[in-house]
Amino acid sequence: MRSAVVLFPGSNRDHDMVKALYDVTGFRPTVVWHQDATLPDVDLIVLPGGFSYGDYLRCGAIAARSPAMLDVARKAKAGVRVLGVCNGFQILTEAGLLPGALMRNAHLRFVCKEVKLEVTNDDTDFTRAYRKGQVIRCPVAHHDGNYFADPETLARLEGDGRVAFRYAEGTNPNGSINDIAGILNEAGNVLGMMPHPENLIEALHGGLDGRGLFESVVRTIAA
Amino acid sequence: MQVRVTITLKAGVLDPQGKAIEGALRGLGFAGIDGARQGKIVDLALAETDPARARAAVAEMCEKLLANTVIENYDIDVLG
Repeated sequence: MRSAVVLFPGSNRDHDMVKALYDVTGFRPTVVWHQDATLPDVDLIVLPGGFSYGDYLRCGAIAARSPAMLDVARKAKAGVRVLGVCNGFQILTEAGLLPGALMRNAHLRFVCKEVKLEVTNDDTDFTRAYRKGQVIRCPVAHHDGNYFADPETLARLEGDGRVAFRYAEGTNPNGSINDIAGILNEAGNVLGMMPHPENLIEALHGGLDGRGLFESVVRTIAA
Repeated sequence: MQVRVTITLKAGVLDPQGKAIEGALRGLGFAGIDGARQGKIVDLALAETDPARARAAVAEMCEKLLANTVIENYDIDVLG
């Protein structure tokens, strides 16, 4: 499975993401600078975590308008899988590839800890290696992960099974509406999530719970 | 031409920063505060000299970048 990681000024989880993709897929992803107007043809595009443009204006707002993102939008429309983690999720909502917005954590504090994630839907390109209802461990590290959407959007997300991950009961770290941790676009080929599955990939991390997400995409592409 | 854009959170959108400001003001002893909402101001210096055209251009800037209309409203003031 071929993949690409888009690098923005201020990205800082790109190395973890590259390592995770290499470990799980066996292929080293291409790293694409945000000013590149054309991404290579790959099966999966990943927007990593970090603080693109220092979170100026709004988290992900400037990065969402970069030349690379225009091509990400074109490729997403054509069906290429796109994963945005943390700042990548913020960029996807700012780019309009996912609905809603990520606001300042309700308690106003930066949160850096492990949470429990419930796999809400296991029939997606990103979650098929998990079981519905399975609770996995996953670290979070963010200041603006408080997912918000208007009631109609929220009803659509919930009704169409587009909430891929939810913070398991009692572990919502940021005040996200409906405990939402990760959502899909309408076509199901774009996933945004605040937690970092790329940080639970090898035994040294203390767990392997994040592998399933990448294995799901590998399985989807191979099918 | 100077144009000021004021960006505020929509009514009903939780504003934890406004809440914190409100709490701090109360802590300082200011009474009678019924709420505080935080927004931001962007001042633009434009080459455009026609107020209507300036306003239209800035509205497009707001829609495309300056405001996230999922959660924010914007007001445009042409200052001259």
